Amino acid sequence: MATEYILEMENITKRFPGVVALDNVQLKVRKGTVHALMGENGAGKSTLMKTIIGINQPDEGTIKFKGEKVEIPDTNAALSLGISMIHQELNPIPHMTVAENIFLGREPVIGKSGFVDKKQMVRDAEKLFDRLGIAINPRVKMKELSIANTQIVEIAKAISYNSDLIIMDEPTSAITEKEVANLFKIIRDLKKHEVSIIYITHKMDEVYKICDDITVFRDGQYIGSDTAENLGKEEMIKMMVGRELNQVFHKEEAEIGDVLLSVKNLTRKGEFENVSFELRRGEILGFAGLMGAGRTEVIECLFGVTKADTGEVYVQGKKVEIKSPEDAIKHKMALLTEDRKLTGCFLVLSVKDNMIMANIDKFTNGLFLNKKKIKNVCLEEKDKLKIKTPHINQLIRNLSGGNQQKVLISRWLLTDPEVLILDEPTRGIDVGAKAEIHKLMSKLAQQGKAVIMISSELPEVLGMSDRVVVMHEGKVTGEFERQDVSQEMIMKFATGTHKDH
Amino acid sequence: MKNESEKKVVTMSKDYKELTKDIFKKYGIVIIFLGMVALLSVLSPAFLQTRNLLNVVRQISVIGLVAMGVTMVIITTGIDLSSGSVIALSAVVAASLAQRPDWAAAKFPGLTGLPVIVPIMAGLAVGTIAGCINGTVIAKTKIPPFIATLGMMTVARGVALLYADGRPISSLTESYNFIGQGEVLGIPFPIILLAIMALAMHTLLNNTKFGRYVYAIGGNEQAAVVSGLNVSKYKILIYTIAGFLSGMAGIVLSARISSGQPGLGLGYELDAIASAVIGGTSLSGGIGTIPGTIVGALIIGVLNNGLDLLNVSAYWQQIVKGLIIVGAVILDERKNRS
Repeated sequence: MATEYILEMENITKRFPGVVALDNVQLKVRKGTVHALMGENGAGKSTLMKTIIGINQPDEGTIKFKGEKVEIPDTNAALSLGISMIHQELNPIPHMTVAENIFLGREPVIGKSGFVDKKQMVRDAEKLFDRLGIAINPRVKMKELSIANTQIVEIAKAISYNSDLIIMDEPTSAITEKEVANLFKIIRDLKKHEVSIIYITHKMDEVYKICDDITVFRDGQYIGSDTAENLGKEEMIKMMVGRELNQVFHKEEAEIGDVLLSVKNLTRKGEFENVSFELRRGEILGFAGLMGAGRTEVIECLFGVTKADTGEVYVQGKKVEIKSPEDAIKHKMALLTEDRKLTGCFLVLSVKDNMIMANIDKFTNGLFLNKKKIKNVCLEEKDKLKIKTPHINQLIRNLSGGNQQKVLISRWLLTDPEVLILDEPTRGIDVGAKAEIHKLMSKLAQQGKAVIMISSELPEVLGMSDRVVVMHEGKVTGEFERQDVSQEMIMKFATGTHKDH
Repeated sequence: MKNESEKKVVTMSKDYKELTKDIFKKYGIVIIFLGMVALLSVLSPAFLQTRNLLNVVRQISVIGLVAMGVTMVIITTGIDLSSGSVIALSAVVAASLAQRPDWAAAKFPGLTGLPVIVPIMAGLAVGTIAGCINGTVIAKTKIPPFIATLGMMTVARGVALLYADGRPISSLTESYNFIGQGEVLGIPFPIILLAIMALAMHTLLNNTKFGRYVYAIGGNEQAAVVSGLNVSKYKILIYTIAGFLSGMAGIVLSARISSGQPGLGLGYELDAIASAVIGGTSLSGGIGTIPGTIVGALIIGVLNNGLDLLNVSAYWQQIVKGLIIVGAVILDERKNRS
């Protein structure tokens, strides 16, 4: 019985600065089965997969592969054990051929010369494609392939290692239905050869089409595991979204006023279509959806980071053209971006500089900066938002995630905005800072400002929003008053399964 | 509350421990510089003589001007390879308008003996325009600064050669030569100019909105865009200022040797970049100061001078300089990692 499982992961814990990404979780995959790993964004699925293929090292816990305890220090170790992975983000080398991409790092060589046997490589690739029923010319450059075909090549590459365990992280995100059918055929074939698969997807119907077992994670914790036969869709969604009831949100009622912002039929091809919504004073409007639903793209477009193809934006009833963030700020909008490090913080600059950057004009006397005013205002902000830093000249990179986030929020508050757009404002920060940010949002709404909050945490969406807009694959699939909607319902609209009934 | 005060004690003792480390972090480059000075004054008695020291500073005055502009460019993760050629172009253009009326072979026989302000303005304008072109190309076409300024490096040198017909433009007016050779209260004028410009640039970077934006763009261009900065506009301005300073350097250099030559400034861009980098400017952006760059330029100047005084061959000088530049960047990387 011990060899029934190909992979047994037990008591795995992984901590990142400020968060516990995996908290004592387990995953057991039976030999020759397809095992679905389910959970919302941030549930810890990808982190766990990264520990299997050696990108992350777990802080605690044991991994048994084929019944034996193993250490997986890097991806090479994982490959030689017989574990390969189709990554969610595609990593092609665009200027090399399909065959070169597949056999990267293990090219066939002519004798002992060290020269790559290109003909053999192409033959091998053709053989692989034949076996998998793929019609792609291995001689063409990767950059000439469509995204769908790029994904198919990645799938073929993962299979070409002849691994015993293949991890597929959202393998169907870019491919068409016909190709999905072919992938499923390949998977069934692999199963016959005793290959096991860990399958991560947001598409519920795929789970029941192809998977034997299901494991559900939530907030970095193991929730449960069962066969697909036993675990119904409704039950699974409940497991994915359900949370302890003791989580308290600092939502305070605010008076809802006039329409401040109205967006009509905003479209950016390939990203989102016909997105319309209104935002009133005193309101917190939640944007729910899965990763890739287009929520961030919509608000970045609204803020002038990208250009809309069509659509109109009205601020206080007047039509406005927002061509750059500069314009957006002039119209009293503020955007706290999703990725603190990438588009938020000036990591090598001080807390003070980070705070004043969006509204430096407020601090100048003619040509020169009024350093005294800067200092006073920044100290004030530091106290107001309870930012924990030894001094305001500290580099922001030395602060914790929660405190960095507060600095960025104060940067935007200093611009005195009317519309605050917060993209995942509490992602990856500790509970205390989270509660404080929630409190602040309520307070801003009470002051008559309007808040848009994108969040992938459903309890946060439901706990903080007055109204919720749900997006799925670039379209708004639903809009609800808070009291009319449950987490399960949002999940259905976010996964596109609401049409099933 | 108790918990909090405990925490404070912990951080304070940690601060104390890191104080020495911090001092080296902050003033390491100054300490190295002073070490070099100390070493050289022991090894060569001539080194500490006022005349020699003034000579060192005079030599770095041209590089210093260029290096300050380059520092600003590097802070924004850019690079300027064109400064050496822009020096030459500014030098020949300024010199052609500063020739003495009694010189028979003047480039513009009708335009000799002009007030000194004319060649100065012309030289500065040439540098400013070249810089503005650099900045516009970089900001609007998004091609890498390395390529854009590499192009300008070749083009400006070519234009300088064409303009001067490949020959030096000599016999310049006394008032023009003063810029490179004159003294005020016994202090060489180029040094005074460098000091004034350094003060101005330091103030610009530290006390103005523009300066904060330079660091912001270098620290995180994406975040700068989202914060509402018009990054293109500021990039153009930054390269324009760098060009202006190269133009000024061209005037000083041609005035020092009383001749505008199309071959001037060859390789100066590399010395300027080296000064900035030795002075702590980070090629990954967001970090760098004018005082640091001045010390960086002084280190290069003292190094050249010291190796001369010690009769080290010019060939060896190149090798030593190269090693020091790379060593400085390695140290800097270490510092940033810790």
